[in-house]
Amino acid sequence: MIHRSAFFAVTALAAVACNSPVAQAPTAQPAGAAPAAKAAETDTGGSAKGDFGPPVGAPVEAQLTTAPEVPAATGRKQPAKVVVDLEVREVVLPISEGVQYTFWTFGGHVPGRFIRVRQGDTVEFHLKNHPDNKMPHNIDLHAVTGPGGGAASSFTAPGHASQFTFKALNRGLYVYHCATAPVGMHIANGMYGLILVEPPEGLPPVDHEYYVMQGDFYTVGKYREKGPQGFDMQKAIEENATYVLFNGSEASLVGDNALKAKVGETVRLFVGNGGPNLVSSFHVIGEVFDRVYTEAGTRYQENVQTTVIPSGGAAIVEFKVEVPGTYVMVDHSIFRAFNKGALGMLKVEGEARKDLYSGKEIDSVYLADKASPSGVVQQATAESAQGTLSKSAQIAAGQALFQGTCSACHQADGKGLPNVFPPLAGSDFLNADKARAIGMPLNGRTGPITVNGQTYNSVMPPMSQLNDDEIANIMTYVYNSWGNSGKQVSAAEVKALRASTQAERPQGAAH
Amino acid sequence: MRARWNTVLVVAAISWLAVSALANDHRPAVARIAGLSVVEVGAGTWKPLYRPTPTTSELHVAAFWLMDRPVTNMDFLAFVSSHATYRRGAVASVFADERYLSHWQGALVLGAAARPNQPVTQVSWFAATAFCEAHGMRLPTEAEWELAAAASPTRKDGRSEARFRKAILDWYTTPRSELPDVTHGEPNLYGVHDLHGVIWEWVEDFNNAVVMADSRNQGDTSGDRFCGGGSLLAQDTLDYAAFMRVAMRSSLEASYTGAILGFRCAADGGTATEKLP
Repeated sequence: MIHRSAFFAVTALAAVACNSPVAQAPTAQPAGAAPAAKAAETDTGGSAKGDFGPPVGAPVEAQLTTAPEVPAATGRKQPAKVVVDLEVREVVLPISEGVQYTFWTFGGHVPGRFIRVRQGDTVEFHLKNHPDNKMPHNIDLHAVTGPGGGAASSFTAPGHASQFTFKALNRGLYVYHCATAPVGMHIANGMYGLILVEPPEGLPPVDHEYYVMQGDFYTVGKYREKGPQGFDMQKAIEENATYVLFNGSEASLVGDNALKAKVGETVRLFVGNGGPNLVSSFHVIGEVFDRVYTEAGTRYQENVQTTVIPSGGAAIVEFKVEVPGTYVMVDHSIFRAFNKGALGMLKVEGEARKDLYSGKEIDSVYLADKASPSGVVQQATAESAQGTLSKSAQIAAGQALFQGTCSACHQADGKGLPNVFPPLAGSDFLNADKARAIGMPLNGRTGPITVNGQTYNSVMPPMSQLNDDEIANIMTYVYNSWGNSGKQVSAAEVKALRASTQAERPQGAAH
Repeated sequence: MRARWNTVLVVAAISWLAVSALANDHRPAVARIAGLSVVEVGAGTWKPLYRPTPTTSELHVAAFWLMDRPVTNMDFLAFVSSHATYRRGAVASVFADERYLSHWQGALVLGAAARPNQPVTQVSWFAATAFCEAHGMRLPTEAEWELAAAASPTRKDGRSEARFRKAILDWYTTPRSELPDVTHGEPNLYGVHDLHGVIWEWVEDFNNAVVMADSRNQGDTSGDRFCGGGSLLAQDTLDYAAFMRVAMRSSLEASYTGAILGFRCAADGGTATEKLP
């Protein structure tokens, strides 16, 4: 308690300090500055103006959807009684390719099913705990006005069902989650979702609405370690996430599961963050959010690049897509995106708009960050383009590039460092499989490998700054040095491997 | 797989040590009550997840007898054969919900979904209590059950052993699968089987140490019914397994039944026992 008091005291001081310049500001501004008055006019009144009387008409059964789908707008003009049926299931699902995790879910998937009601609706909530489940569960909806958000009223043993009713007094997008002890573990296992309380007039129409929810996961095994993976309590307490995911799996929003839109359409994303621990820096690579309803509140901010979504919070983002291509959604706390899975895609189809975005116009060699590349690299690139590149020119260019890019770890003499960086000199691993060897700089490699009888367990990041010519030249240099097998690698081989192993590389790795 | 084999080897080694130690010093007292095998547990002290009173952190538990395994389908079939009021279809609805013994083929037939030596499940607190009374026993109290369950194969309180804690937690975090027959697992130091890793078990005072249905109401202990609240009051916030048991017990009502909810019986230390054959 001493700590808490101290914290509040500091907060109060900070607030005073921040407020004082603002308090003086009006004297320095023209009298016409009336944002406060304007805010008052448009104040929605919160819960005080959210009760539109008793429900009208027959009860409505809520249509719940599984992410990324969003239920259609309610279209209602009067308050209704809405019946929500939500079933808790404990299920084993892939969290990543070849990795299974026991999720606890509201409706069989992570995140839980999307609930959509209108402000002023009376919601009759039925929480069903499947008889095959091991755990008791409940639900706290942040949209509920009342102690615990419904948690105490919905505490339910396996094989039983609970009912409670609330009136949705505040408009907005709200997180719901399980609040049964141990709360952190129930949330960490995927027990969260979103409920949208539409304003009485509804939301402005858009072409697409999608449901995306971030969560952090803590497994005993490492990221992408195959097989069934249990929950790791200690990692969760340390907030050391193994996975940070959109919609509960690395595969949820990529490939065939990517979100889709066409050029010229408008997209609205309902983005939640279940946590349990991490705050999201939500960003879509290559897009600017035209509007962000920050923290899913009533007002929007315009022209936002990255928006913060707290654990147990949400945001509504809207944007128009003008240029075709793949837009990658990330948590811009960026190691989460490329090393923990916080990555999804929006695929936009349509005619190219060269007036808005040209695509790549020039790809020229630029070696400022590399050690004295000399003229041999540019010469090799030029010869490669003309189809006159010789093996000796490749080796010369490859040597220059090797010194700049590879020698820091593998050493200038190719012998590596014992137990840390494997040797390239006289390497059986290198000589045995050319495609595998090209794949090393191209795609990187994580985990144990055996080279000349020694096991190395380390990480080589993909050298995504190298183009096909450069990788071909480096590999040819390496193969023709230090007693290796003398193979030659062409840019065409690298190009083919780059195309066929696209799935192995983190998407958007160049960002 | 390598890690798993290591675990098996270590467990085997620990078990052997336990047996050697017991042979010298602490052989469990074994007996029978009404034909059911029991072992002596305690006396001891149990430190509940929540303080029993503001000034105490531990409870004294007198020595008691505890069945060395859960009650089985076969045991329970014999009971309902002689106690018609607890047969499926005949039991009063206030004493058991509609899933009572629903996995049995008939009121007096186990069938394919209930092997004779599997723990009986889908039984209410009332039915479990009646079974134990019919055998001259009672359900264990929460303190008794937890005292017995705190013991690992080698220690009276194994809760400081990371491996023991993890083994318990693993069961709570994997989905339900077919129940094994009883005495499937290693006995603990007292000679009790299956306290972890098989089923939840009824205790006599299951609704005593109630975690608030909203487990985050730490400070609010209003109402005599609520001895404890949420995690801030807990004495060992790392003992997630204890949290889950307390949460599970407090979600129950006495008429409830569950697919992995069974029981075993206990008796006071002074209770007369039968001689072993």
